[in-house]
Amino acid sequence: MSTTAVSETVSTTGIGTGSSKPRLFRNPWRHPWFLEGFTWLYLIWSLAPIALAVLFSFNKGKSQATYQGLTWRWYWGDKVNSIWHNPQLHSAIFETLKLSAWTTLIAVPIGVAFALGINRWRGFLPSSFNFIMILSFVVPELIFGVAMFFVFTKMPGLRTIGLGNWAEVLGLVTWNVSWPAIIVQARLVTIGKQYEEASADLGCTQFQTMRRVMMPLLTPAIFASAILVFSGVIDDFVIVDLLSSNASNTPMSVIIYSTQHGGNGGPALNALATVMLLMSFVVAGLGYLGYRFMTRGQRVAEQALIAITGTE
Amino acid sequence: MAVRTLTTRGSKQRQQHRLFWACLAAPGIIWLTLLFIVPFYTVLAIAGGRLNQLFGTPIAVWNPLQWSTTNLQGAWRDIAGSSAFIGPIILRTIWYTAVASVLCLIIAYPAAYFVARFSGRRKGIFLVLLIAPFWISYMMRMLAWIDLLQTNGYINKVLSFVGLGSPDWLGGHSYTVILGLVYGYIPYLILVLYAGLDRIDPALIEAGRDLGLGRARTFIRVTLPLSRQPILTGMLITVLPMLGDYFTNQLLSGARDTSMIGNLIEGQLSQPSAGQGAILSLLVLIVLLVPMMYYVVQTNRASRAAS
Repeated sequence: MSTTAVSETVSTTGIGTGSSKPRLFRNPWRHPWFLEGFTWLYLIWSLAPIALAVLFSFNKGKSQATYQGLTWRWYWGDKVNSIWHNPQLHSAIFETLKLSAWTTLIAVPIGVAFALGINRWRGFLPSSFNFIMILSFVVPELIFGVAMFFVFTKMPGLRTIGLGNWAEVLGLVTWNVSWPAIIVQARLVTIGKQYEEASADLGCTQFQTMRRVMMPLLTPAIFASAILVFSGVIDDFVIVDLLSSNASNTPMSVIIYSTQHGGNGGPALNALATVMLLMSFVVAGLGYLGYRFMTRGQRVAEQALIAITGTE
Repeated sequence: MAVRTLTTRGSKQRQQHRLFWACLAAPGIIWLTLLFIVPFYTVLAIAGGRLNQLFGTPIAVWNPLQWSTTNLQGAWRDIAGSSAFIGPIILRTIWYTAVASVLCLIIAYPAAYFVARFSGRRKGIFLVLLIAPFWISYMMRMLAWIDLLQTNGYINKVLSFVGLGSPDWLGGHSYTVILGLVYGYIPYLILVLYAGLDRIDPALIEAGRDLGLGRARTFIRVTLPLSRQPILTGMLITVLPMLGDYFTNQLLSGARDTSMIGNLIEGQLSQPSAGQGAILSLLVLIVLLVPMMYYVVQTNRASRAAS
């Protein structure tokens, strides 16, 4: 009796998948070669142009389109238009680093404290500011940049700041403060309340709980958000483009954009972009290693990779 | 009696707690007020403000009761009036964004799906390669395509070798701009899709298979419905910045007849007509408010569900 039931189920499943295809094509566990090929094509499309752009930064000639042999000319060899000799290009590197450092130093503490406070303080005010914070995360950067531009050129009081370094840092902090705020809040949710309650039961004051219990638990999240803010500022374009005022406060991304757009492109720009790439990769590498070290024994490599992109 | 003292102490303690949390949140709240709310109020004040009679430069009016609709009427004339020049730009923006984001999804979904489900032990390598563009500056990625698409660049060399001629890619064409948008924003979409697809419990897919569904039907009945949320979030994450993009367009085309709403707004900032830039950015903001709210609500719901 039971055997017939089983054989009946088997035969109905057979009908369910029932197609006239030969057995070979019905192997459900075969490797999806088509998908894999597609993925590789995508990866080549997305990465090969970058490799070529790096190659052109070592180009012997002035062309950005034809490879003519290797030199260091555009890094320091050329007396006029190399990163080393063109003051505009190398000051842009320091400007980028300066903006990244300041923004990270200001945005991360504010964002972390904001996340902790908002997460535990219930009420209308905190929830509406949480809403505003997430809004600042999704508003298109141009719209935000326009508002920043107007506030630093038209608003009495803030107008005295004017465009330039200060405006750039203030704008970048506002734009990036949502990273630590969102990431730390997400981490707080996964941590739960039991650690805090346990430490309160054991007689810790709120400040002690914060310092001794919450901070160690939150360190990986804070670190990941600092990495994201730092590299986010390296890559940022719109805000610094709208808020920079002259060559002395123009970072790398804006130099690349305005020089190329102005028709003065050349391998020196590729060299600058390559420096930018190296900086981002160093930050990402340090971020990955640091995050893995901090979460050792808890998370696998793939999770760390995703965590430092803030997508988790 | 004892109970009462206990509760009063409890509520006092709770008040102290509230103060502690409020103090922690205060710097962020003050910062967002001064540098997020005030800036948008400034945009409103300029949009509702007057124009300098002599130069046509905008004058901000800070009292909402004195706001005028002069700027708004001007903008409306340019959008829908007889001499409208903004209308076509808006249509073009919608068209480019729609095509580019659909292409993004078509390319990104299979790749993210493969890496999330089938990459097996090589997942780490695939992930590093998928994530790499995330760390490469947008400007460098555009520069790379400018190099490739030069009239004597490698793309044209290949094309003319095959006998397809050598088009002037950078001479102001819609297809170049759309290519740039797809290439520029796809890494963000892929990551969101990967994270979403990776979270799908394999048991659900196996259940679909055990219940007799074929490969394709398991995908349509199980995987696709479960990836609706990541698709929506991912599309928002690509569409919102595309609508405010002006640099991709400037670098890869620079022509007037491919310009998008972002180019219009950015171009007006340094002009005396900055007031119209203010109006336009407000209009974009209002139109995008619904999808942005949707995103915010979804994020809130997701974090509440996790807790």
